[in-house]
Amino acid sequence: MSLLIESAMVLLVLTNLTLLGLSRLRSCIRVVAVQGIVLGLLPLAAHADDLAPRIILLAGGTVALKGFVFPWMLLRALRVANVRHEVEPIVGYTLSIVIGIAGFGMSLWVGSRLTIPGAAAPPLVLPVALFTILVGLFVIVSRRKALTQVLGYLVLENGMYAFGIVLVGEIPMLVELGVLLDVFVAVLVMGIAIYHISREYDHIDVDELDALRG
Amino acid sequence: MRWGIQAALGMLLAPLLLGVITRTKAFFAGRCGAPLLQPYYDLAKLLGKGAVYSRTTSWVFRAGPVVGLAAMLMALAFMPAGGAVSPFAFAGDMLFVAGLLGLTRFFTILAALDTGSAFEGMGASREAQFSALAEPALLLGLAVLAKQSGELSLSGVMQGISASSWGVVGPELVLVSAALLIVFLTENARIPVDDPNTHLELTMIHEVMVLDHGGPDFAFILYGSAIKLWILGTLLVGLLVPVRTGNAWIDGGAFAGGMLALSVTTGVIESTMARLRLVRVPHLLVGAIALSTLALILVLR
Repeated sequence: MSLLIESAMVLLVLTNLTLLGLSRLRSCIRVVAVQGIVLGLLPLAAHADDLAPRIILLAGGTVALKGFVFPWMLLRALRVANVRHEVEPIVGYTLSIVIGIAGFGMSLWVGSRLTIPGAAAPPLVLPVALFTILVGLFVIVSRRKALTQVLGYLVLENGMYAFGIVLVGEIPMLVELGVLLDVFVAVLVMGIAIYHISREYDHIDVDELDALRG
Repeated sequence: MRWGIQAALGMLLAPLLLGVITRTKAFFAGRCGAPLLQPYYDLAKLLGKGAVYSRTTSWVFRAGPVVGLAAMLMALAFMPAGGAVSPFAFAGDMLFVAGLLGLTRFFTILAALDTGSAFEGMGASREAQFSALAEPALLLGLAVLAKQSGELSLSGVMQGISASSWGVVGPELVLVSAALLIVFLTENARIPVDDPNTHLELTMIHEVMVLDHGGPDFAFILYGSAIKLWILGTLLVGLLVPVRTGNAWIDGGAFAGGMLALSVTTGVIESTMARLRLVRVPHLLVGAIALSTLALILVLR
């Protein structure tokens, strides 16, 4: 079981690094979808011994939302926005991957320093959750397109989700569903916002929004 | 004794792998393809020819293929294949083998520069750039294996990796295997990095450096690169097919099957993937370094 969780964690790290190295928006969306599916299946691996219907429901909902609905919405936003499909990073791809590796080292160090009260979590979960949060932040600040900011936000949320699902374990169902609903609405709103930005300005480059005057 | 047979088989069968790869590609393209033994015919034909040397070249140009082949054969002597332990093994011989690979490359590059052709210089510069990125991935990957098995010689490492280590550190071994596969494809000038068939001037990497070699020299280079394919393949197969029963027939059979599967896989990769743009190749190699580093961080943890 711990090998299963560990493999899932390594997969998360790999999806994060791939996201940093990819140049196509479409592939980035797919990678985040894969990450969502891995995360959605994580509760099943973490509670493999006693599978309550609650957990199966939660896993199913997460996989459906993060693995299929969000990518579909984002791909649609990309299609209707009709913009160039390059990521156009401020920090180059190779450097991004190097920064990612350094970030992972740092998360491991921080993770070994932090003591989480209560549950004895599998060893890799805390650093990987921290790393995913870091990558989400990095994607938000180092990419120009509005769409990549949504992706960064999703990755950030994924990190917190991984943190919660394995470490805390017993979050009430209602809270989980509430969070999922929030993310859903956020992605929906941001998808619409991207469409309007692109219709108004013919691009979704957030750098140039600086020049807006009220 | 076992090692002697394995090494002799390596020297004998290395060109066959090239034949299998070509055959797989032919199958995907819907052709019948060249005979499996075509690389041997090529070698025999080239060895029967005379060599022509340009007057502008020096001894470096003639030394290149000889040193390259000698270094490759020496590296082959250290490779543990199919459970056999090399009698020359010493602690740290993995670095020595990596150094021998580097020496071969160094002399190939020097020989290419020695011709004074701008075209070959271009290929040399590309080869140097890509191998500079592939080498850290290889060394970090070897470091992971050394840490995992607690041994510093290739033979010890291969004895230390067994089917049960996949149950313990499976994710790390997958990462290292992926990194080594990328190194394998890069070092052997295979498709996502270099196209062995291409003769289009602007895209060649390895091929362009050996254009001016002919006859026996070119045979040495071809044979040397076949041995290189075998050496790096041995490493990968030893990791992916960890059958260590102690029975020479079972281990050797599993190894041979693994090598065959690796050649077919290479052929499939070549048939189904397009060559990367030159500027994208460093991304792939940095990706390989990232995979190795990740695995190293995970085993050191």
